[in-house]
Amino acid sequence: MKYVDTEQVHKKMGSRQIANNLAKTLFFLATLFGLAVLIVLIYRVLADGLSWINMDFLMNRLSTDPEKAGIWGAITGTFWLMLVVAPVTMILGIGTAIYLEEYAAKGRVSSFIKTNIANLAGVPSVVFGILGLTVFARALDLGSVVFAGGLTMALLVLPVVVVASQEAIRAVPQFLREASYGMGATKWQTIKNVVLPAALPGILTGVILALSRAIGETAPLVVIGIPALLIPVPDGIFDKFTILPVQIYYWTIDSALIAEYANLAAATIVILLIVLFVMNSIAILIRNKFQKRY
Amino acid sequence: MPVVIEKTNPNVNKESIIQNPAENKKVVYNTKDLNLWYGEGHALKNINLAINENEITAIIGPSGCGKSTYIKTLNRMVELVPSVKISGEILYRERNILDKSFKVEDLRTNVGMVFQKPNPFPKSIYENVAYGPKIHGIRDKKILDEIVEKSLRGAAIWDEVKDRLNQNAYGLSGGQQQRLCIARCLAIEPDVILMDEPTSALDPISTLKIEELVQELKEAFSITIVTHNMQQAARISDKTAFFLNGEVIEFANTDKIFSTPSDKRTEDYITGRFG
Repeated sequence: MKYVDTEQVHKKMGSRQIANNLAKTLFFLATLFGLAVLIVLIYRVLADGLSWINMDFLMNRLSTDPEKAGIWGAITGTFWLMLVVAPVTMILGIGTAIYLEEYAAKGRVSSFIKTNIANLAGVPSVVFGILGLTVFARALDLGSVVFAGGLTMALLVLPVVVVASQEAIRAVPQFLREASYGMGATKWQTIKNVVLPAALPGILTGVILALSRAIGETAPLVVIGIPALLIPVPDGIFDKFTILPVQIYYWTIDSALIAEYANLAAATIVILLIVLFVMNSIAILIRNKFQKRY
Repeated sequence: MPVVIEKTNPNVNKESIIQNPAENKKVVYNTKDLNLWYGEGHALKNINLAINENEITAIIGPSGCGKSTYIKTLNRMVELVPSVKISGEILYRERNILDKSFKVEDLRTNVGMVFQKPNPFPKSIYENVAYGPKIHGIRDKKILDEIVEKSLRGAAIWDEVKDRLNQNAYGLSGGQQQRLCIARCLAIEPDVILMDEPTSALDPISTLKIEELVQELKEAFSITIVTHNMQQAARISDKTAFFLNGEVIEFANTDKIFSTPSDKRTEDYITGRFG
């Protein structure tokens, strides 16, 4: 006798098909929800901000007068901040990843460090802000300047770079290392000439994603103490500064007092989104261009 | 009945005692009481082997018999495996390579290796071959050019790649990649070449080319080759060592191993009764 009764199967076919289609619809709606919210958000921002974007808005200094206010200071501040964050995270992040993957003996200590770095990625950014305030701004007496903010932000995004670099280094096939060692190369020569070039696309992708996260972060720098209205434009990394997301934050709060501040905030969001979009596109381009060659 | 395979080397004296080579050839590698453990697993047991200059020594045996482990011990590549433990002596040109004072980088400059799977770097053909000389400090472009050409000619691949030296090595076929890896190995001008199943990933025609090449290289280098393929061992080698469960069961002239093996287990293996 057959266990699978064709007739019974046929009878229940209808309800199985319904469940099948239901599942598909449900998952599609879940996807749609996120997308719809994003579209509404972008629409609102564009509607409020687009007409405010012009050369004056980009090139002017801050002002209490919404008609005169511009974000040149925040753009410059963001630039200087990245100039600190990028090298610091790259040196610390890639260095840590190389040590953990290539040098550290695989054992309890290294897995303890790895677990902690992964956990560090989950620490709320405001906590990093408190660290930056106590250590860099106050204990080292740097004040709330670009350098202090940059170091704080570098620590915040460090786990992203470490984890991405570790994965990229781990993905370099062992047979390439063996080929290099087999010719009498030292470990450092092998890392420098074989491992890093092969892992570079993955590492760069991680670095760019980390930087684009740093560009959008607000909380840590608010904690460090960025003034709500900073008129001078920073000339270097030891100047006081403001950045795009912080400016958005202050304008949004103050829009209760002056309604046009909401439009300024929206216009700044548009600029910030463009910057983020460009950076993420570069990361994706690099990833696609150099994908798996062996 | 053992298989008798025709060999084209009339000079080898079938009766010679191998463990202590009687011919006037110099010993390159002398392994004495070598034992190796991976953690608790005893992978090599009391290995005693002498490898001669300008000869091809084949190492055969079933999977897991320790033949790859042994060849990787000869250039200490086996140390990349964590938890490996070694005792005994391996004398390379009279010096114990297991001695801590012997720098692996020195050893591997004298002892090149060709791996099971072709493993060129994702760089140009030229850069692949120039890699070894560069890490050993040669910067002069003219000298590098010369080394690259000489090595590629030595590996019988020059004519196929001379017009595309700057192209990525991954554009070559598997067989060409393996010959490129041999060229890369020749570029460090080694004394010994270790080959770990160099043709196992290749088609028969590429395999034949590599075998012919190995025969030619014998004139200038001492070659130790691990192979899964007994016919290959019989075709190209002067001496053959048969490994089983981490032990050397028999080590003799290839002719003898394949015609009149002295151990029953060798005979069973080469006649295809197991493995």
